[in-house]
Amino acid sequence: MSASKDLQKWVADALKEITAAKNLDELKSARLAHSGDKSPIALASRALGSLPEDQRASVGKEIGQARAQVGEAIAQRTETLEAERDSKVLLEEVVDITLPAQRRHKGGLHPITIVKNEISDFFIAQGYRVAEGPELEAEWLNFDALNIPVDHPARTMQDTFFIEPLESRLVLRTHTSPVQIRTMLDEAPPIYVICPGRTFRADELDATHTPVFHQVEGLVVDRGITMAHLKGTLDLFARKMFGNDARTRLRPSFFPFTEPSAEVDVFFNGRWIEWGGCGMVNPKVLTACGIDTTEFSGFAFGMGLERTIMVRHGITDMHDIVEGDLRFSRMFGVGL
Amino acid sequence: MRAPLSWIREFADLPASVTPAEISDALVRVGFEIEDIELSGADLVGPIVVGQVKIIEEITEFKKPIRWVGLDCGEKSNRFVVCGAFNFKVGDLVVVALPGSTLPGGFSISQRETYGKVSNGMICSSRELGLGQDHDGIVVLPPSCAKVGANAITLLEINDVIFDIAVNPDRGYALSLRGISREIAAAMGVKFTDPAHNFDCSPFPIKSGGVEVKIEDTDAVSVIFIRTLSGFDPSVPSPLWMQRRIEKCGMRSISLAVDVTNYVMMELGQPLHAFDQKHVKGAIRIRRAGKSKSLTTLDKQDRALNSDDLLVADDNGPLALAGTMGGLDSEVTSATTSLAIEAARFDPASIAKNARRHKLSSDASRRFERGVDPSMAEIASARAASLLITHGGASYVGTSTAGAPEFSPIVSMDPHFVATLTGAEISLATVASKLEIVGCDIEKVSDVLWKIDPPSWRSDIQGPADCVEEVARMIGYDSIPSQLPPHPVSPGLSGSQRRHRGIGNLLADLGLVEIQTYPFVSDATMKIMGYTGERAMTFRLANPMSEDSPHLRTHLIPGLLEAAARNISRGSRSFGLFEMGAIFRNSTQLPKVENPSVDKRPSSAEVSSIYSSVPQQPVHVGGVLIGKNEVESWMNKSRSYTWSDAISFAQQIIELCNLDWSIKRSDFAPWHPGRCAELLVDGKIVAHAGELHPRVVAAYGLPERSCAFVVNLSALPESAIVKVSVIDTMPAAVQDVALVVDSNVAAADVMAALKNGAGKLLETIQLFDLYEKIGDGKISLAFTLTFRAPDRTLTAVEVATMREAAVAEAQRLTGAILRTA
Repeated sequence: MSASKDLQKWVADALKEITAAKNLDELKSARLAHSGDKSPIALASRALGSLPEDQRASVGKEIGQARAQVGEAIAQRTETLEAERDSKVLLEEVVDITLPAQRRHKGGLHPITIVKNEISDFFIAQGYRVAEGPELEAEWLNFDALNIPVDHPARTMQDTFFIEPLESRLVLRTHTSPVQIRTMLDEAPPIYVICPGRTFRADELDATHTPVFHQVEGLVVDRGITMAHLKGTLDLFARKMFGNDARTRLRPSFFPFTEPSAEVDVFFNGRWIEWGGCGMVNPKVLTACGIDTTEFSGFAFGMGLERTIMVRHGITDMHDIVEGDLRFSRMFGVGL
Repeated sequence: MRAPLSWIREFADLPASVTPAEISDALVRVGFEIEDIELSGADLVGPIVVGQVKIIEEITEFKKPIRWVGLDCGEKSNRFVVCGAFNFKVGDLVVVALPGSTLPGGFSISQRETYGKVSNGMICSSRELGLGQDHDGIVVLPPSCAKVGANAITLLEINDVIFDIAVNPDRGYALSLRGISREIAAAMGVKFTDPAHNFDCSPFPIKSGGVEVKIEDTDAVSVIFIRTLSGFDPSVPSPLWMQRRIEKCGMRSISLAVDVTNYVMMELGQPLHAFDQKHVKGAIRIRRAGKSKSLTTLDKQDRALNSDDLLVADDNGPLALAGTMGGLDSEVTSATTSLAIEAARFDPASIAKNARRHKLSSDASRRFERGVDPSMAEIASARAASLLITHGGASYVGTSTAGAPEFSPIVSMDPHFVATLTGAEISLATVASKLEIVGCDIEKVSDVLWKIDPPSWRSDIQGPADCVEEVARMIGYDSIPSQLPPHPVSPGLSGSQRRHRGIGNLLADLGLVEIQTYPFVSDATMKIMGYTGERAMTFRLANPMSEDSPHLRTHLIPGLLEAAARNISRGSRSFGLFEMGAIFRNSTQLPKVENPSVDKRPSSAEVSSIYSSVPQQPVHVGGVLIGKNEVESWMNKSRSYTWSDAISFAQQIIELCNLDWSIKRSDFAPWHPGRCAELLVDGKIVAHAGELHPRVVAAYGLPERSCAFVVNLSALPESAIVKVSVIDTMPAAVQDVALVVDSNVAAADVMAALKNGAGKLLETIQLFDLYEKIGDGKISLAFTLTFRAPDRTLTAVEVATMREAAVAEAQRLTGAILRTA
């Protein structure tokens, strides 16, 4: 039998056995038998050296081809059998992926923080800065400089928390307006700031009142500032807070620190809702802060953050906002 | 203020077709809030007629005595009704609802049998007719005010619209029909007739003979009139129309003398007071209480006077709390025949103080506080005198007066300022017409200078901005366009604002829930916490919401614990809460400041002294950890939060700010003295964390071993700009060492010693095991040391040398011994 005849047979035997292998173990035996060190093809390859020189090249080539053919068949069969094994075994490893995966407690920010962040971002995009100031504040900054004279009803004990002794002239700020005064005392116009923060008034806690609450106020002092600018700013602000259908309405009103003054209503969910107060900064206030009223004018506005979120989120009882029940804050997540 | 439409129509020439909603909208446009629109008589259906009492039969056999009354209602024969009231006699005119009529509340009247009689209608009380709250008896009409059988609905002008209007504090003039009608007329563009205009005071000239008046405190009152009348008949009732108007305004009709003063106040806005002249000794004096000690007011209260109270007094002493409430002794009674009518323009602040000190907010004080038209003292007092003469048969005796009305100064302004400040296109003609509508006189000096004389009743118009508001509200704020101001460039959030936001998000991501608590604490809480030092130094509120919690918080933990307890009581078992906010410590001597004037900017020294009078209020973030650290899981049992978790939260906050910290044992209330850490940044304590003191945990009913942390965010320095080092790519060599130390040795000290001994090529060190059960008061700490050289692969010999050096240093500093397997 010639060498090539033998090779053909060995290859045929190998291919037959490889194809017949039903699993990777059988394939392994077939591989060892037909392509291992002791397989006929391997032995023939090793015996090449003993062949006459003139036959070596041609037989070597045939052996190489036979090995390649067997190797290819093993690789193909391996791939097929591995895929078969994987599909079977991995299916057996099935788990219940609906098992609860969350282990960390669900956290959340207080909705007042969320709305404060939202408003800050909005006004920063409009070119404003976020100004802050102390909650325990000098009476002069909270009242006098805002054209709220000593006998004004707002300065009574019914409305304002005073600190003992009264000569300390310290109050818990009744609005964030003293931050506006500090800003005007510290900086020259143009001034574009918002002042979010905690404020205090001696109201009993009930469904709509709380002695500790939050405001955001805005103040703009620049050349040529008009009531039209105030309206434009409030319109944009209202749409940001209440959606693109929101509209605002100004009604004449009275605040000592603005003239003209107005109440701001917002049209939301089919009705007008009182949202806050606003007006052109009273020249007396600008004067008390050393701002030249012949050169500069300004507007200011203020809204309650509790009121804003109550309207927007349908919160009906103030108790939920102030009691620290974690189920309340959790509903808001982090405001994303 | 309540204003009946029928009365408004007397001064504002409103078309018959005008609707209440149109009037209400107009008022809102010009700056008034409508609290209520009452459609009086809307649900009243006749026949309701005037009847005269002819026969009264008292029926007493029932449990409740009643009357069987025969009435002449203009019918062929007397009509009989059963009546439960007793305040009438034969001959009185009363109001009878006949069968078929309906009273407010859908109460239908029909013929019915009661108390064994057939009642053929009902005699009505004021409340049953919807006239007022009076239900003490039935309405008895003034004698011969109407014919029997007359329609009582028309007679009593029951069908009316009553507006309840909220008036802002700067618009005192609108607390009168004169003022509110002017606003409605202006807002609706109809003619207004001023009841005070051309009022003829000439029948009441200044002349002696009556009560004289002296102003002893000229700051307290600018002008006062006292009109004296005699021969007054106190038995004459007020005319029906006057009673009805007073009732519609929400007041009770009392007697002619009192009704007249109230009527004129409602009409013209000038509060009046009527004294019984017989009880005024000598002259009336306007003065401070000074040494006068007490006064019994009309409400029969004995009031201790403050020396600064403003009084109306006579030669003997106090007669009335000026502008606030009359005195009982000089009250007009059913025996009063001579009257002294007082009308004054009191200083608003003085009256506000009177009212506030005595907690007496009256119809008079509310008007005086807001400023009364100074020209009205003369006119209103004359108007009252005229009404008392016409209806009460009185005669004029004399008038004395003191002082003179003071009017607002002229406002000089460039009329273009209206368009400049509003941003609306408003012609000068419009500016002029709108200012004139509200009562201003204008002298047009030039196109850029007008001298505007505000009307006497508008003491609030003091400058150009006030004039702008008048024009703006008269053209309507809705005619001002909506524009955006020029946009400057924003610096964005400040560093601390970004940190606060980032920390909130971090804690929420780590499973904590943010809350906001009231910053008020009690003495008891301070004691339970065990605060000492500056945290025991609180600010006390002069007027706390509750005397239980008069202090401002010095620390965030009390509020958090209270909220934790509330959440537990509501069924939560495992959770973390956090709060971020200011705390208040009364630990520095603050300078006392005098409030500077506001006419100009205070000096820099004054500004800085005001600033320095306000204490520092650092922002803290604090958290409490209750129960399990994770949601109970099917995978493995979750464990409880521990002191170490609390420390970890504090460390993560500091690390979020890119700062390095060091840690020390601490004994700091309200934490467990053996389980509290303090964290330091740049050698300064910035945080405390650990397990809470068992006493505190028990006081709040929290689970044992609850934990807490607080970081003083205001104490965290700014982080330095990051300077990067080269990222080394040579292979790392990892070595584990286990050391045995005394159990009281701090792990941080061992770690520091290892670090120090290992040298510069030590990249990281990590404690990966702690074994406490060795005995002999020893524990084992196992660390992984990772070494790396920037320029070469470390040899085994090099690594072993560094490891040995590290262990040697740990041994030298902490007595650690290498643990051999």
